[in-house]
This record gives sequence, C-alpha cells and structure tokens, in this order.
Amino acid sequence: MSQVPLTHILIVSAALFFIGMYGLLTRRNLITMLMSVELLLNSANINFVAFNRYLYPDRLDGVFFSLFIVAIAAAEAAVAIAIIINLYRNFKSIDVEATDEMKF
Amino acid sequence: MSASAVVFYILSLVILASALLAVTSRKIFRSAIWLLFSLTGIAGLYFWLQMEFVAAVQIVVYVGGIVVLIIFSIFLTQQSGKDLPAPVRGRAFFSILAACAGFVLTCLMLMRYAFPASAGNREGTAASVGNIGAQLLSTSEHGYVLPFEVISILLLAAMIGCIVIAMKTKPENK
Amino acid sequence: MPNSAYIVLIVLLPLAGFVLLGLFGRKYFRSFAGLIGTGLVLISTGLALWVAYQFFFGTGNTALAFRSHPLIMLKANWLPFSPHLSIDLSAIIDPISVMMIVVVSFISLMVHIFSLGYMKGEERFATYYAFLGLFTFSMLGLVLSGNLFETYIFWELVGCSSFLLIGYYYDRPTAVAAAKKAFIVTRFADLGFLVGILILSFQAKTLDIGSLSVKLLDPGFARASFLGISLVSWGLALVFVGGAGKSAMFPLHIWLPDAMEGPTPVSALIHAATMVVAGVYLVARLFLLYSADPAVLQIVLYVGALSALLAAIIACTQTDIKRVLAYSTMSQIGYMMFALGSYGYTASMFHLFTHAFFKALLFLCAGVIIHQVHSNEMGNMGGLRKTMPLTHDCFLIACLAISGMPPFSGFYSKEEILLAAWHANKLVYGIGLFTSGLTAFYMFRLYFSVFWNKPAEGHPHRLPLVESIPLVILALGALFAGFVPFSRLMSPDGGQEAGSAFSNMAIVPVSVALLGIGIAAYLYRRESNRPERVAAAIRGVYLFAYHKFYIDEVYTFITKKVIFNSIGRPAAWIDRNVVDGLMNGLAAVTAWVSARIKRFQSGKVQDYALYFFLGIAGLAVLFIYIYT
Repeated sequence: MSQVPLTHILIVSAALFFIGMYGLLTRRNLITMLMSVELLLNSANINFVAFNRYLYPDRLDGVFFSLFIVAIAAAEAAVAIAIIINLYRNFKSIDVEATDEMKF
Repeated sequence: MSASAVVFYILSLVILASALLAVTSRKIFRSAIWLLFSLTGIAGLYFWLQMEFVAAVQIVVYVGGIVVLIIFSIFLTQQSGKDLPAPVRGRAFFSILAACAGFVLTCLMLMRYAFPASAGNREGTAASVGNIGAQLLSTSEHGYVLPFEVISILLLAAMIGCIVIAMKTKPENK
Repeated sequence: MPNSAYIVLIVLLPLAGFVLLGLFGRKYFRSFAGLIGTGLVLISTGLALWVAYQFFFGTGNTALAFRSHPLIMLKANWLPFSPHLSIDLSAIIDPISVMMIVVVSFISLMVHIFSLGYMKGEERFATYYAFLGLFTFSMLGLVLSGNLFETYIFWELVGCSSFLLIGYYYDRPTAVAAAKKAFIVTRFADLGFLVGILILSFQAKTLDIGSLSVKLLDPGFARASFLGISLVSWGLALVFVGGAGKSAMFPLHIWLPDAMEGPTPVSALIHAATMVVAGVYLVARLFLLYSADPAVLQIVLYVGALSALLAAIIACTQTDIKRVLAYSTMSQIGYMMFALGSYGYTASMFHLFTHAFFKALLFLCAGVIIHQVHSNEMGNMGGLRKTMPLTHDCFLIACLAISGMPPFSGFYSKEEILLAAWHANKLVYGIGLFTSGLTAFYMFRLYFSVFWNKPAEGHPHRLPLVESIPLVILALGALFAGFVPFSRLMSPDGGQEAGSAFSNMAIVPVSVALLGIGIAAYLYRRESNRPERVAAAIRGVYLFAYHKFYIDEVYTFITKKVIFNSIGRPAAWIDRNVVDGLMNGLAAVTAWVSARIKRFQSGKVQDYALYFFLGIAGLAVLFIYIYT
C-alpha cells in the first residue's frame, strides 16, 4: 500500500469521474445516464477512502462519508427510477432527446 | 514494484475498462453488467486499501441493490435486446473534448500538489466494524449520530417520494 | 382715466370678444354671440373716434394734441436681447395710425352688424364672431405697434385670422385649399419681411420704429454694403417683399382671388378694406426711410403700377362677381403703392381711407346679391334693379366712387394720386390713367350685368334692418369721405402740408372714366352678343387675360416640377431609405442575433450539463491559474 503514492489513486478516481461525465453528457438513454451518475458518485467515494487511508489513518471520517454517500446514492437511484417510469408512461420512450419541450 | 502495486494497477485497469465499456456499449443490458463489474472492481480496491467494511457495504448496496434496481427498470421500460441509438455527433465530440480537458486539468493540479508525507507509519484506529459502529452512534465530538438519524429520515422521504412519483393515477369513472 | 388706457382698451376689447366667444360661445351664448361681438367692437369704434377727435381737433395739455412728433404712448419692455436690442410692446400715435384705427374699427363694426343678418342660422355663428374679434384685435395691434418686431407679431396674427376666416367653411375642399394657399404665399413673403427686420434692426441696433428712422438717416451713420448695394436698401427691399405679399402685389397676388371662398362679409373686412392694405401701411410707416432711398422706392413704384394694370386687365374678363371685386382691390392697392412710390404719401393714405368705404360697400352689396340669386356667377344675374332697390342705389354710388366720378370720394383721392404720379414719372401716370379707364369699364360692366342686361321685373325684396343700415352708412361714407381735408391732417414728417388745389388735370381722368362707362353701357346694358363679338375680335389677349395670364400655372409648375422633384423627392428618399433603413437594419440585426442565441436553450438536459461543466472549468482555470 505504501508503494503506490496517493496521487495515483487520485488519478484513477479522476479518470473514473470523467468517464462518468462523458457518459452523462453523451448517452441518450435515461437509464444509462443514471449508470453514469453512479460512476461519478463512486469516484468521489474512492477519493474519500483514499484520503482517509493515506492522510488520516487514525480517524474514520472518510469511512463515514463514504457510507453516507452510498446511502444517499441508493436513495437517489430509487427516486430516479421512479421518475424514469413516470416519464416512460408519458412519452412512451426513455430517449432523453424526446424530452425537449422546454426550449425556445 | 511490489505485489500490492501490481494488484492495484490491475484493479484500476479493470475499473476503468469496465466503466468505459459501460458508457459506450450499444446494448443496454451489457452496459448494466459492465457497470456491475466496475463497481465490483471498486470494492476490490477498497479491500486492497484495507477498508473491508466499506467494501462490503459497496457490494451489498451498490452491486446487490442499485444495479439490480437498474436491471429491473430496464425490464420495465423496454426491450433489453434492442440496440441503443447512437449519440448525437456534435455533442459526443464536445463531450470527449470536455472530458479530456477536465482530466488533464485535474491531473495537472494533482501533480502539482505536494501531499503531506505519507503517514503510513502512524497507526491509528483500525477500521474495524466495532470501531465504526461505536463511532457512528456516539454523541461525542467525532460522533456521527446526527447524520445517521438524518440519513434515516432521508431514506424514508425518498421511499415515499418514489411511491408518489411512480404511482398510477386512478382512471376517471365516466 | 388716463388717456393711454383708452388706447389699450381699443385693442383689447375685440380680443376679449375672441376669448369669450371662442371658449364659451358654442355652448352658452349661441345667437347672443353676434350681439356680444358687435357690442365690444362698437365700444372700440367709439373710443377710436374719440381718440381721433382728440388727436386732430383737440386742444389743451390733457388731450392728445396734435404734435409734430409721433407720440409713443406706452412702452412695456418685454424681451430684452441686449442693452440695445429689445422687443417692446409700444403703441405709436401719429396721424396715420389714428386714421387706421378709425378705419379698421369702423369697417369692422359695419361688418359685425351686417353679419348679424347675413350669417344668421349658421351653426358656428359664435366661432365666426370669435374669429372676427381676433382679426380686429390683430389689425388694431398692427397699426398701433411702435416696435418693428411687434408689427411682425401682429402681422402673423392677422395672417392667422385670415386663414381661419377663409377656411371658415372647412367642409369645402376649395375653401380649405384657398386658406392654405393664402397662408403659404403670405408666409413665404413674410420670410423676406423677417430678414428685412433683422437687417434693419442689426444696422440700427434698435427695433423701435421711431429711433430706427432717426438712426438710419443720420448722416454720420456708417453704411455697410453687400454686393454693391447698401444693407439698408436690402433691408427695405425685403421688408417691401413682405408688404407686397400681404397686399397682393404682383407676383405674390395669387392668393387673393382664391380667398373669396370665405364668407362675403369676411371678404369685405379683410380682403378689401383692412388686411390687404397692411403692406401699404407698412411702407407708409417706414416712409422716412423709403423716401431717402430712391432705388427701392422705384421698385415700389413699378410693382404698384404693374399690379394695378395687370389686375384691371384680368378683371375685365372675369365672370364671378367676387373675383372681379378681388382683382379690383388688387388694382386699387396698386394705386396706393405707386402713389407711395411717387412720394405721394398723403394721396396714398387718402385713397386708403376712401377705398375702405366704397370697397366694403361693394362687397356687402355683392353679399346681398349672392344671397338673393344663390350664385356667384354674373351669368345668373341680371335685371335685379327692381327687386333690390336699396342695393342697387348703394352699388351704383360705390361704382361711381371707384371710377373716380366727382363729387364722390374716389374722385378726390384718385386725383391726388395721379397728380403725384405726374410729377414723379410720366409713364406711371399714363399707366394710372389707362387703368382708371379700365376700372370704370369693368366696374360698370359688373353693374350693368347685375342690374340691367335682362328685363327687370318683380317686387322689391325687403332687406333686414341689420343688413341695410351698414349699407346706408357706408354709402354715406363713400359719398362724403372725399371732403375730409387729408392734406391738412397728415404728412410724412407730421407737419402740416399745404392743401393741393384742384388742377385742370382732373379733366383727363374723368373723361377717360366716362369713356369706360360708356363702352360698358354699350356692351352690357341690353342683352346682346356684342360682348362675345368683341371677345372674339381680340381673342388672344382675351384668353390670356381670362386665364389670369397663366401665373397660377407657372407657380404650379415651379412648385411641382422644380421644388417637389429636386427637394421633396430626395428628402423623401433619404427619409425612407436612409433613416428608416437604419432603424430597420438595426432591428433586423438584433432579431438575427437573437435568433442565433436562442438556440442555446435547446430544452435538452445534456446540453445544459455541458454548458454547466464548461462554465465550471472556465472558472477553475481562471481562479487557479490566472488569479494566483
């Protein structure tokens, strides 16, 4: 563990973050957008845990943060699914390109 | 290059490759499965960091809960065998550009910053389940009982919200 | 009451009439409006006559005794521009201004009384009297003003009242067009007037009429010149242009015949007796300056003579009774002008005085005739001497007066004019002589065509009292006004002039006039085709005169082809394309930019997320790299 510098882990999590961001901006399907959001949240989680492990090994704050993030992510995913189902009922499709009624 | 370093790099490769496939796959079910692999890889990373409890929670909640939920919603809303439509040309280009630019920016900042010397020598509280539980419910200075309670209310609210949003409206009796 | 107050009252009473009747007449006074207007002008006339009596015949220190200098009664400093130049409101009392206030108020009173009967039943009766009041106020102010700019102000007011009264029947397009024409032509002339005022006041450093003359005639006065002609001459010539416009001198006369579209009493008041003589009055007011400048006076002389001749020729061919009288007015004013041009100050003023009476009388009689026959054309009249005996008598008296038959008033004034012309310029004397023959001819052509020509039958038609009384009074004036000893009362410098005795030269114009009357009788007394044969014999000249020498057509050509095309069209093009184009272009550009920008709001969440991220990235770069 001490052989891998903290920076490397942070780079991995940053890469994960931007992969998730790419997916969020590009994917046309609402469910795949949700999956990208999970990736974003996970990258933040990795950050917390890594900082806790490397910089503050005598404390547990990072652990708690990551636990709470997981809980909130779960709640948010549930709500998102509910919205997707509602949207599907109204538009008969979950293509996000179809939901552009609030335009100019 | 010690063995743990090798393990770390393999794990990172798995995580990133799966994530990449998750966001680019044309079939939605496969995308969900790639996400599953990515999340499992992240759990492996936590194990490598010796945060076993977090890894377990990751597997139980994320992999076992959220991905399953996603697969349910895939089944509820469409044919899972069908191909997803291709992304919009212009937007894909700009998104790749933005993502790469952001990644480069972040890496630059990370390289520049000198983190304080690795305190690997400092041994503190082990992240054991007992310790986590005690601190989670303690009311002392580093206790997290208040966020714990708030989270439970949040989960309740989320549950009610989901039910309300996804409820079918009663058909009108003419 | 101090004497000065009376003078102001003379001017302000008709103004009060205007304000009162203009604001409240339609609703509250209605048929009383005529009585109110007439009453106020009656008081004004009484005061004017009293002032005149005091001025000419009064003795003692309290009265306005006749002095050798014009008396500036009041001076109210109004708009001071600099220590020397200020527009004051002052009243000047000298022989001609006193005579003018008598003439203006008296004729106005006659017209007010006549209109009580003539305009009875009109819907806008009160408005009519309001406008008459405005006109009387403006004209009285004009003749009394002692400051050149104050004259200009009242000049414009008179023009405005004329416009309102000519266009009184505003639902008639011809009346509206005539009012516009009168206003535009006189306004155009007033441009010259204004420039002349500015030149003269700048040279003399004062606008006050009395001191203006003194300063400019001072031998020590330094004379500036422009293009070889002294600036004072330029100023006087331009002021004369303004006067020529208002007095309908050639070539600015085109508005006067058209102005006959107004009601006939208005024509009697404004376009016969008072407003049109304003130009003559102006030259007389500044006569000290004009008489010192022979060159400009020559212009006055020839313009007056030419107008007199031209108008008389045209009048011989016209068939509308009011048009004949309009051209006759122009001709007589030409007489007054060339009298001034021949240094015949007294003669000119005398003719102005007598002309007011018989011309107003002619117009009022014409009004009665028009009401009787319901038409203006001479062809529809004839043989009316049995049906309107009083009108016939008055008309005859006026015709004899205007033709210069002794012992009527016109004889005396015309004699004096021709005498002055003989001493000044023989050619102008010849023109004046020939014109008086033509005057007699066309006036009696009119007389015979209206009252003879056709068989006379019918019962006498009684005129209402309000119409017949002014006719009788004016006829008395036309008869006896010639006996006023004018030359004893006024002269250019305020002193007394020796009265001119009758010379044997009087025989010549009288015989020429008799010849004219005779020819008119021969052609028109009985119905025949003699006039047509004569007209056919001199066909070219006849047509030219009948179409008023095509002067109107020349004006139309100049305005339409020259002015409209060279100034109007380019200006309109610039307005449409450059000015509007600029505005429309700006709007179009804005709309285009807006249309491009609004595409940002595409309604797609992922676009918004991208913009969001770009913003954050930008801010991050800004704060991390640039500001630290």
